[in-house]
Amino acid sequence: MWKWLHPYANPEVSYHFTGKLIPWFAIISAILLTVGLGMGLLYSPADYQQGNSVRIFYLHVPAAMLSMGLYLGMAIAGLTALVWQMKLAESSIAALAPVGATFTAIALLTGAAWGKPMWGAWWVWDARLTSELILLFLYFGVMALQNAFEDKALAGKAASILALVGVINLPIIHYSVEWWNTLHQGATVSKFEKPSMSIDMLRPFLLSLFGFAFLAGTLVCMRFRAEIIERNSMRPWVKALAKEHN
Amino acid sequence: MNPRRKKRLAIVSSVLIGAAAVAGFSLYALNENFDLFFTPTEVVNGKADSGIMPVVGQRIRVGGMVVVGSVKRDSESLKVAFKLKDSGSETITIKYEKILPDLFREGQGIVAQGILTSNDTLEASEVLAKHDEEYMPKEIADAMGKEHKKPTY
Repeated sequence: MWKWLHPYANPEVSYHFTGKLIPWFAIISAILLTVGLGMGLLYSPADYQQGNSVRIFYLHVPAAMLSMGLYLGMAIAGLTALVWQMKLAESSIAALAPVGATFTAIALLTGAAWGKPMWGAWWVWDARLTSELILLFLYFGVMALQNAFEDKALAGKAASILALVGVINLPIIHYSVEWWNTLHQGATVSKFEKPSMSIDMLRPFLLSLFGFAFLAGTLVCMRFRAEIIERNSMRPWVKALAKEHN
Repeated sequence: MNPRRKKRLAIVSSVLIGAAAVAGFSLYALNENFDLFFTPTEVVNGKADSGIMPVVGQRIRVGGMVVVGSVKRDSESLKVAFKLKDSGSETITIKYEKILPDLFREGQGIVAQGILTSNDTLEASEVLAKHDEEYMPKEIADAMGKEHKKPTY
């Protein structure tokens, strides 16, 4: 059933496959981000209460969603690395962690910039903000573990375990605004009911969400390829590749 | 799946389930400590499930909706007093002497931090505005006759 997947476990095949994806991802991301953010920041209507400050939404929410999405991807890679002992899964954890950490930091910083004018405070220790900060530390932990061991296999295993166990934080982040009294408002888009946002605002948001997702895809693929090259530098195909580029 | 993978999957999933259970139970046990604020009803009557109640002189946060028509400003200074309510019947009077956030208005959800000076008065040192998850352009809000909705506290 999973037979079609097997060739991609080969680093060389994965390397060339992701190489083909990168330009497509980059182009799609550039188009979506230009249109989405252009519409969102310049042409979408201002909010009835928050005025123009609501435009931070188009940056803050995609970043926050991707910070969680990328972590989920990293946890799945961690599971694959631990159970099926796939070397490539360890490379993908190493590729995902810094990108995810960056999106988390963007979500926290834009959130602070939004909180100051709207709430009146840069930071509040409410459940949503604190759990998102813990997500940033989890990313840092995975990155640190990856570099803490001389032995790559051991480092990969340690990072996989942390990536997998940390996944418990994701439902906590998502439901924090429902389980506890928080200053942060509830979910606007990621819920089962109709999004509580007018369509002129939802459209640019969805475009920039997918734009950022493809941007993340581009960055992760680039880092993934670099990881493959680094971990397989003694292999003949990598040496041949290096010669070709000289 | 070969037996070795099966065994590893079993170990990994039991570790994950164990960790999730630990996190779940500790969050459940610490539940109320994660609340950012008390609601006015909780200040007066205590929390619904545990009965925890703030005492006079304690530094707390109270969150609720500003009661329409209750905002009284001092004409000489920044002093302002207003009432806060939630879905229950109790109200708390908040006294404040600094600049209020832009989103502050009657009917708005806010969170005030300060010292409880009597069982229904809070001398606030910080007032934060809370906004809801609804976003819409002004024209639509006007067309819907929408001012503000839902005290969900």
